[in-house]
Amino acid sequence: MVTGKGGTGKTTVAAALALALARGGHRTLLVEVEGRQGIAQLFDIPPLPYEERRIADTPDGGEVRALAVDAEEALLEYLELFYRLGRAGRALRRFGAIDFATTIAPGLRDILLTGKVKEATTRTVDGRRFYRAVVLDAPPTGRIGRFLNVTAEAARLAKVGPIKTQSEGVAAVLRSPMTAVHLVTLLEEMPVQETVDAAEELTALGLPVGKVIVNATQPPLLSAERISQAELRRGLAAAELPTDRLTVAGLHAEAKAYAVRRRLQESLRVELADLNRPMVELPLLSEGVDRKALDRLADALLAG
Amino acid sequence: MPTDQPVPRLDVDAILADPGVRIIVCCGSGGVGKTTTAAALALRAAEHHGRRTVVLTIDPARRLAQSLGLVELDNAPRLVKGVNGGELQAMMLDMKRTFDEVVLAHTDPKRAEEIFANPFYQAMSSTFSGTQEYMAMEKLGQLRARDEWDLIVVDTPPSRSALDFLDAPARLARFLDGRMLRLLLAPARAGGRSMFNLVTASFGVFSKAVQRILGAQLLTDLSGFIAALDSMFGGFRERAEQTYRVLQDRETAFLVVAVPEPDAIREAAYFARRLSDERMPLAGLVLNRVHRVEAPGLSAAESLAAAERLEALGDETATADVLRVHAGLVQQAVREQAVAAQFSGEFPGIPQVSVAALASDVHDLEGLRTIGTALATA
Repeated sequence: MVTGKGGTGKTTVAAALALALARGGHRTLLVEVEGRQGIAQLFDIPPLPYEERRIADTPDGGEVRALAVDAEEALLEYLELFYRLGRAGRALRRFGAIDFATTIAPGLRDILLTGKVKEATTRTVDGRRFYRAVVLDAPPTGRIGRFLNVTAEAARLAKVGPIKTQSEGVAAVLRSPMTAVHLVTLLEEMPVQETVDAAEELTALGLPVGKVIVNATQPPLLSAERISQAELRRGLAAAELPTDRLTVAGLHAEAKAYAVRRRLQESLRVELADLNRPMVELPLLSEGVDRKALDRLADALLAG
Repeated sequence: MPTDQPVPRLDVDAILADPGVRIIVCCGSGGVGKTTTAAALALRAAEHHGRRTVVLTIDPARRLAQSLGLVELDNAPRLVKGVNGGELQAMMLDMKRTFDEVVLAHTDPKRAEEIFANPFYQAMSSTFSGTQEYMAMEKLGQLRARDEWDLIVVDTPPSRSALDFLDAPARLARFLDGRMLRLLLAPARAGGRSMFNLVTASFGVFSKAVQRILGAQLLTDLSGFIAALDSMFGGFRERAEQTYRVLQDRETAFLVVAVPEPDAIREAAYFARRLSDERMPLAGLVLNRVHRVEAPGLSAAESLAAAERLEALGDETATADVLRVHAGLVQQAVREQAVAAQFSGEFPGIPQVSVAALASDVHDLEGLRTIGTALATA
């Protein structure tokens, strides 16, 4: 599971993780559940259907498949599988029952989505696991606890019956060592705050927190803590650059703002380290995200 | 219209000062500084334009909430302390409590108690995807009806997609008008009998499926919930539609908030398109966290080359560092301009204002004033 505040790049990180885990000739599945078609945008391919599609290979024979889970399709598939409803299943859709069910009992929607993830994770062919790993581009940190805590939601609605059985099965997998919830963040105040909050919430719910993944980091550029305008003027003169007041003052202001931001980032890094989870830092991809860039992130994820 | 025309500047003070503007809605994708923008606009409206203002925030960062005095979640506006002249109130949306208020307003206390106790109500009022959006609209309607403020500034929920806020009322209406709901209601309307009576020739297959999947206990809760809600549907929808019309009126100004990054700009463009489709008044784009170059005379290439010369000399390495910082900033500014140009290319007539990136987040009134000044004078 890969979560993070909106805008931290969790879809990119999830894709890189699926690529990393496919290396060595394995098969992985990259899943999205929020209907955003973020995977299709990232890989620059047409929108994904509710069907596992091969979207990338690794040079050593590995393969990444992708799936956009849709709650309605998942429900029909589930009904077909467990109840062999056939005609009645189609009737449910015709009467708007599925829209209705997922509206009035939103927990049901999450059970279906996570249920599909569980099915893919535990699927076996010829006695062997079909996927080495399933990577879910999960809902953002603000919703992740509720999304994964499916049993609580189901228990409020169904005290006995098939919904309860299904959600208990999902919950058991989510709380097992098979699962890790990775938290993606930037070195900015709000994403770090949400990461800290999410780690606390997930731990309280008994869900396994994996790594803290710090995205878009940049190596420090300033070695000296401070530089005076006079020093800067001397340096500019040595480099045969303009030394007018505006240039000197402008560069000085830029360096000062950079140092302030850097110090803030350092204190945020300490806050993240205090979570006592393994931390991985990923480089900023300033030239946009293509396959080469994803492979770079995959390298960094494996090294971390 | 050619895209190389200068982008018109968004005159924030003109909007804040206009007595005809009663509602400002800040929308955009998550993490672009919507809440901060909304709070800064509201503070400026109160302090600079003497307007009695209330700001409705949805999910503010803790420290920003504290700066507005929002320590307790009581779902009602509170006076913000430390405002220099003018009057500013702030409130944080409590989704569940707003839903409860709606129920209480549309039914008698006894019925309300039954509804509150129903597990389906509890699930829907706290987690229905769209409840937060719908309740934000409801709260906006309530605040407007009280007519105690000159200006209401609204921060929209951090939706999965920017559309949810606009879609919530329509979705609710669709839900209430749904065939499924009418089916389930049929027995309740026919005298409150159990919905098991629903098994007729035409719906037999369907209702059997429902029973098989849900189980009897769930069905009892569900039909109880539906029957209890039935009496309130008319009022629900009327309110949602009323608020929707207010949003189309010229008393409302929509501001799309974004940052110069591809995802946020794409969402902003999507939102601008939607607002125009829905005939809702888009006043402009606020571009937050824009990086500004303070020494524009030096190009990135020039700076990097000079940094290498200095390092080769083994001297003045501190200046070389500064030049690299500058080069990075110039490159970032160029990237940001290219991204922002995608929006202005599609919407050349929409005014824009950009706010420079700050070193740290805003968490006090002074910080909000700085943002307000930047919005007005950028």
